[in-house]
Amino acid sequence: MSALFYISSLIAILATIMVITRYNPIHALLYLVVSLMAAAMIFVTLGAPFVAALEVIIYAGAIMVLFIFFVMMLNLGNTTTLQEKLWLQPKIWIGPSILSLILLGELIVLLLQEKPTPLPVTVVDARKVALSLYGEYIIIVELAGFLLMAGIVGAAHIGKHRKKHLHRFLQEEENSHGHPPASQADNAKQIVDHKEPKSIV
Amino acid sequence: MTSFNTNTVLIVAAILFVLGLIGVLTRRNIIFLLLSAEIMLNAAGIAFVAAGAKWQQPDGQVMFLMILAMAAAEVSVGLALVLQIFHQHKTLDVDNLNELSD
Amino acid sequence: MPLLALIPALPLTGFLVLFLGGRRFSRNVIAGIGAGSVIASAVFTLLWGIRFLQSPPAGGAWTQSLWQWFRVESLSVGIDLRLDALSLLFVFIITFVGALIHIYSVAFMRQDRDYARFFASMNLFVCSMLLLVMADNLVLLYLGWEGVGLCSYLLIGFWYEKPANCYAANKAFYITRIGDTAMAIGLFLLFKELGTLSIPGILNQAPQHFARSASYSTLIPLLLLAGGIGKSAQLPLQTWLPDAMAGPSPVSALIHAATMVTAGVYLIARMHGLFLLSPMAMSVTAVIGAITLFIAGCSALVQTDIKRILAYSTISQIGYMFLALGVGAWSAAIFHFFTHAFFKALLFLAAGVVIEALHHEHNIFKMGGLRQKMPLLFYTFLSGAASLAALPLITAGFFSKDQILWYAWSAGNGNILLWAIALAGAFITACYSTRLLLVVFWGEAKTPVGKFGGRLIYLPLITLAALSLISGFIEWPHNILHLTLFSDELQQVLPATILQENHPPEFLLQGIAATATIAGIYMGYHWYYPITGRIYRWQAGTRMLAFRSFLLDGWKFDQLYRTLFIQPFLYLTRINKNDVFDRVYSGIARGSVSLNRLFSASQNGSLRWYIAAVLIGILFIVTLQLLL
Repeated sequence: MSALFYISSLIAILATIMVITRYNPIHALLYLVVSLMAAAMIFVTLGAPFVAALEVIIYAGAIMVLFIFFVMMLNLGNTTTLQEKLWLQPKIWIGPSILSLILLGELIVLLLQEKPTPLPVTVVDARKVALSLYGEYIIIVELAGFLLMAGIVGAAHIGKHRKKHLHRFLQEEENSHGHPPASQADNAKQIVDHKEPKSIV
Repeated sequence: MTSFNTNTVLIVAAILFVLGLIGVLTRRNIIFLLLSAEIMLNAAGIAFVAAGAKWQQPDGQVMFLMILAMAAAEVSVGLALVLQIFHQHKTLDVDNLNELSD
Repeated sequence: MPLLALIPALPLTGFLVLFLGGRRFSRNVIAGIGAGSVIASAVFTLLWGIRFLQSPPAGGAWTQSLWQWFRVESLSVGIDLRLDALSLLFVFIITFVGALIHIYSVAFMRQDRDYARFFASMNLFVCSMLLLVMADNLVLLYLGWEGVGLCSYLLIGFWYEKPANCYAANKAFYITRIGDTAMAIGLFLLFKELGTLSIPGILNQAPQHFARSASYSTLIPLLLLAGGIGKSAQLPLQTWLPDAMAGPSPVSALIHAATMVTAGVYLIARMHGLFLLSPMAMSVTAVIGAITLFIAGCSALVQTDIKRILAYSTISQIGYMFLALGVGAWSAAIFHFFTHAFFKALLFLAAGVVIEALHHEHNIFKMGGLRQKMPLLFYTFLSGAASLAALPLITAGFFSKDQILWYAWSAGNGNILLWAIALAGAFITACYSTRLLLVVFWGEAKTPVGKFGGRLIYLPLITLAALSLISGFIEWPHNILHLTLFSDELQQVLPATILQENHPPEFLLQGIAATATIAGIYMGYHWYYPITGRIYRWQAGTRMLAFRSFLLDGWKFDQLYRTLFIQPFLYLTRINKNDVFDRVYSGIARGSVSLNRLFSASQNGSLRWYIAAVLIGILFIVTLQLLL
């Protein structure tokens, strides 16, 4: 079991490294799928087959596919890859990486301070999870339902394809250095023209 | 065959989490940002499941389900937002989206 | 027991009536109310004074409690009046001389626009001064003390259209305020130590209390002395009095010669029990008096403004009183106050007539020849000047000043140095009195003499002239005639003067004093007699001129104070024009703004930047956990 765990951990880490270093989004997504599969494998070794199944179905299956569709919809091709290449210079990523690695080192040091307790692998199957989920955690299920509902409605609303709709501040800015709508300018002119003779008389 | 313990699993989760963090920090493309966020969520899920496995309780898995639901909702809303941003700004570069700056 | 409250109440009523309705009354009514109230007070004082002398009350004082003013814990302050021999004398001078000056003012101020305001202020002054001397506790005394200060301010600045008068009024007010503040502190300390502010209570308790703890026994008299110095224009707070001559002449006569400026003398005499406990305070009083009388006398020698001469002479004469108080000659000081009130009031009133007759000419060297033009005025002025110069045996001034001179050496605290200064002062006094008289009344008229005078003007002048000659006869030197009515009466209140063991023979000192006076008169004659006077042929060198202007400016005290206090203060205010403390607050504001700039620079809208900041925060926390 533990060999399985180490191998799948190694795969997960390597695949994740590949994810964050790819230039092409599709490649990164595919590596992420691999990483998630490896994570599912880890779950199996930890005695959680139900979660492993959900990982594969929902994460790797649904969410990642959503990403892929999305990338396809935006039609991100070679230009994006070239741009990513430009963006991913060492001077950009080296600083944050060092910081993050320090954090990782500290986390590992903290974790190793604990006395290692061997992990008894006993399978906690779907039945137990279901009993717990619909027993004491029923409120969590309901909240998750709300969350998903809100997500769906929000996504549907935000993703509606509309004409360019800017915030009113941005709109003013746009108008000031762009071309103001002709009709408005004409209207203003008319008003001025209309007023001037009156004031003279 | 050496057996593994809780700390090892948690270290793996930490490594994955930090990799996700590096991704968020270094990439400028919003899609990569979202991907890295998924990686971090997944790492958190692994930590939960490991904790549940240690006590042989289903609670960790319940939490993972919760994370799953949250990730799904987040991705759906996030992708819709990215879609709008792409339509309005014609770019996916987060550094261009600094209209909230002072 | 008579209704004591009537004495101050009458002027107070006069003040209130004139203050509230003065503008509607005719001039005759105003004069009737203003002068009448004080005259009525004087009549009551005379009647009750005679009764007091004939059948002295038990304990030597009439007291009357009107009502309780306020009460805080153990401090109970009442409007309590007290009339003993000392108060009676002061009340007599205030009401009697006050009444004469009011009668004079009726005619003198006749043409003035603010007739009612003048009499209202004068009545208020008389009321405050009466409260001051009749008060049974020091709080009430302080009320009167501040009241006379206020009236002095109002009357110095009576002709307020001229900025110089307002300046003089302000100056008088500010400088006396220094002394008043010191006195208030003295009162606080006194209450803290003794727990009472009633005058008999203080005098009773002080000896036992300060015998036990002498911590404040010197400081309290010195603080009270400072109050007296401010009010009585003694060194170093004397600079206000010459400028206070900006007020009308009756005001100068009443307030700045006869009564208010002697309030300091009254205070010290009243608190004699405290001063006796502190030899140092006594010595300080004597030294201040001696120095003041000399300095002011020298300044009076060279002044050209007739009223300023008299002002400096007043400072000098009050210096004599302080000297007498300081050496322990209590009754001599009060006696000098008594005679001085007559002759100095007379001189001021006469000076007022001179100034009015010469169309507001103040410079004595532009006067002259008034002896033939105004003979009645001349004779009254002559008697006043003779009394000021202390012409032996025939003037009141001689009797009082001679007593002080004698005690300056022979009394318990006296010594030869004080006597020598006082003698020099007597010489100078005689000299400037003669100078004043000769320059104003002899020679040829340099300014046309207008018509000024009348019965109301001359009646007070003649009365005062008579008094300034004869009032000294109630107290004779021991060796000439054993007639000491004055000090016998004051014995009830003030301790007797203790003489030194080996004091010089009194005749000798009297002879020297009389000689000094005659010599002074001769010096004045020698220098200032028209035509033959040396001064008219004398070519002054620049050094002498500088010395003369030094004396003319009152020993440059004003300039000294200007450089010592006013200019540093102005300098401080100038550098502190933009308040120093404001800089602290504007610094805080500026710091906030710059911090705001700094932090808003970090809000750059870059998402990755924010996440990096979060990462650094996490790192910080985790590091803390690792290290701690």
